Amino acid sequence: MKNSIGRFVPEGFRPFTGSNEYKKQQRKLIPEKQCHDGFELLGSVSDMFDKLNIKDGMTLSFHHHLRNGDFVLNAVLEEIKKRNLKNIRLAPSSLFPQNASLVELMENGNVTEIYTDYVNGPVADAISNGKLQGMCVMYTHGGRPMAIESGSLHIDVAILATPAVDKEGNGSGFTGKSACGSLGYAVSDLKYADKVVLVTDNLVEHLENAQLEGKYVDYVVRMDAIGDPNGIVSGTTRITKDPVGLKIARDTTALLEEIGMIKDGLSMQTGAGGTSLAVAYYVKNRMLEKGIKGSFASGGITGYFTDMLEEGLFDELYDVQCFDLKAVQSIGKNSNHHAMSGSKYANPFDDNVVDKLDFVILGATEIDLDFNVNVTTDSHGKIMGGSGGHSDTAHGAKVTVITTNLIKSRLPIIKEKVTTVTTPGEDVDVLVTERGIAINPKRVDLLEKLKNSRLPIFTMQQLLEKAHSITGQPDKLVLSDKPVGVVVYRDGTVIDTLYKVN
Amino acid sequence: MKRAIAGSLESNDVLITVKESDSLNITVKSIVYDFFHREIEKVIRDTLAELGVDKIDVTCEDKGALDYTIKARLTVAVQRMEEQQ
Repeated sequence: MKNSIGRFVPEGFRPFTGSNEYKKQQRKLIPEKQCHDGFELLGSVSDMFDKLNIKDGMTLSFHHHLRNGDFVLNAVLEEIKKRNLKNIRLAPSSLFPQNASLVELMENGNVTEIYTDYVNGPVADAISNGKLQGMCVMYTHGGRPMAIESGSLHIDVAILATPAVDKEGNGSGFTGKSACGSLGYAVSDLKYADKVVLVTDNLVEHLENAQLEGKYVDYVVRMDAIGDPNGIVSGTTRITKDPVGLKIARDTTALLEEIGMIKDGLSMQTGAGGTSLAVAYYVKNRMLEKGIKGSFASGGITGYFTDMLEEGLFDELYDVQCFDLKAVQSIGKNSNHHAMSGSKYANPFDDNVVDKLDFVILGATEIDLDFNVNVTTDSHGKIMGGSGGHSDTAHGAKVTVITTNLIKSRLPIIKEKVTTVTTPGEDVDVLVTERGIAINPKRVDLLEKLKNSRLPIFTMQQLLEKAHSITGQPDKLVLSDKPVGVVVYRDGTVIDTLYKVN
Repeated sequence: MKRAIAGSLESNDVLITVKESDSLNITVKSIVYDFFHREIEKVIRDTLAELGVDKIDVTCEDKGALDYTIKARLTVAVQRMEEQQ
C-alpha cells in the first residue's frame, strides 16, 4: 500500500493522508494509571526486575533527558542480558551512541522491537543493517505522547531516570548532581504506564513544583549515579563561526523581517545547532534595534534563550528539555522559564505549544522538489537521527524555515525525491541556503510579500540545478526492499518506510 | 620506485597517491562513491590525459572533493612524482 505522498506502507500500519487529517479525529485517551500514596524503595536495578517480575515480551520505556550520559538505560540492558530475557520491546524517547550495548541484545533476540523518536550511533547502524528481528517504529516528540495516551504504545514498566526524588515520590530534574532540567518526555510514560519506577541518585526531603507527580510512582530505585554530567548537558552551546552558516543565518533573518515575522509579541523556536543559534542571535539583534519584545520561545532550550528571557526579550520560555548547563540553571530559578511535557509541547490532540509558534528554524539532511524533508536517514537510507520535534513544529508554526548548506561534502542537499520523508512538504515553507532561497509555491502569501525583495529567491528546481552544476549529477541509488522500520507521522500514520542497507 | 602524494583527508578534500607503473590503474575510495564514482574516475582519466600520462597507479581517497579539487591534487601529485630523480 502507498500513502498520499507515494511512499510504501508495510502491512499492519495506517498510511499517511495529510498533515491536517488528525483534525477530523477525536482524541483517544486510555485511563490514567491508578494513583496511590507512598512507594517502595528498592536498592538496585536487579531488585526492580524481581519485584516487578519483568519478563519476556514486556515493553519497557525510558526518557532521554540524560542524553549521552545516561546510566539507567544501560543498567537495564545489562540486566536483560544477564537474565537472558527475550522479545523485550524497548521504548526510549531517543537512543544515543553510548547505548551501543543494545546491539548485542538485538542480535541475541533479547530486544526485538524498538519504539523511539530519534536514534544515532551503533544502534542506528545495527537497525539499518537488519539486526532487529521486529520493526523499529520512529515517532515524533508529539506523536509519542499521543501513541502512549491512546494506548497504541502500551507500556508495561516506565523506568525513569530522575535527578531528584522526594519522600512523596515526586521527581524533578532541576537539582542534584545529575541535574538535567526539564523532564518533559517522561510525563506521558509516568501517567499511562502500568507500573512506574523512578531511578535516582538523590533522595531529598521535599520538592517544590516537581514535574513528575509522586502519586503515579510505584517504586524508587537508588543508584550511585544515574548519569555522567559531562554527557548529560553540553557546557555551552555556541553559534557557528563558519561564514557559510553565518550567511545563511543573516539571510534567514532578513527574510523573516521582510515577511513581517520580527514583530512585537513574536514566538519562535530554533534547534541547538550552530546555524540555528546564529539565527537566534541575529533575530535578537533585530529585536533590540526595533525595541520589540517576544511572547515566548519553546523547545529544547539553550543559554541563548535564557539570556534573552533575562534581558526581557521574551515573556516566557516553554521548555521540554534543557540542552545546556545555563538552561538547567535557569529553569530552577526563573519563574518565567516553564517546564512542559512532551504532550503539552507537541501532541496534536493536546492544547499544545507548537500550534502557537510564529516561526521555527529547522535543519535538513535532504529536502526535495516537493519540499519534503528528511532528517531520519542519510542519502544511503541509513538511519542517523529522527524527527524529534521536526514534523511537530513544522506543522504548528505559521512559518517553517529550513536552513542548510546547499552542498555538503559534494552531496547536493536538494534531491528530486528525498530518500526518506520525515516531514511532509505541505508543512515546509522556506528553504534558505548560502546560494539562494526557495519558497514553497503553496505559500502565495509569502511570495506576494517577497515579490520586490532583493533576497536571492529561486525555485527549488533552480536551486537543484545550481547544486548539480557544482557537484555533477549524482547517480541514483536503489534501496533494498526489506523494511526494517517505519517513520510514523505525529498523527500515528506511516509517512515512510525504513529499509535495510547493504 | 617513484611515489608522491597530494591533498589531505579533511572533509571536502581528497588524498591522491601516485606511483610509477607500467600500466594504468585507478583506485577510487570515496564517501560519495555510490553517487559520484563515475564522475571521479572520469576527472582522473581526463586530467591524466591532459598531463600526457598514460601509465601510472592512482589511488584516490576522497572526502567529498569537487572536480577542480581532484584535478588540482592529482596534477600536483604527478608533478611531485616527476620531480623525483
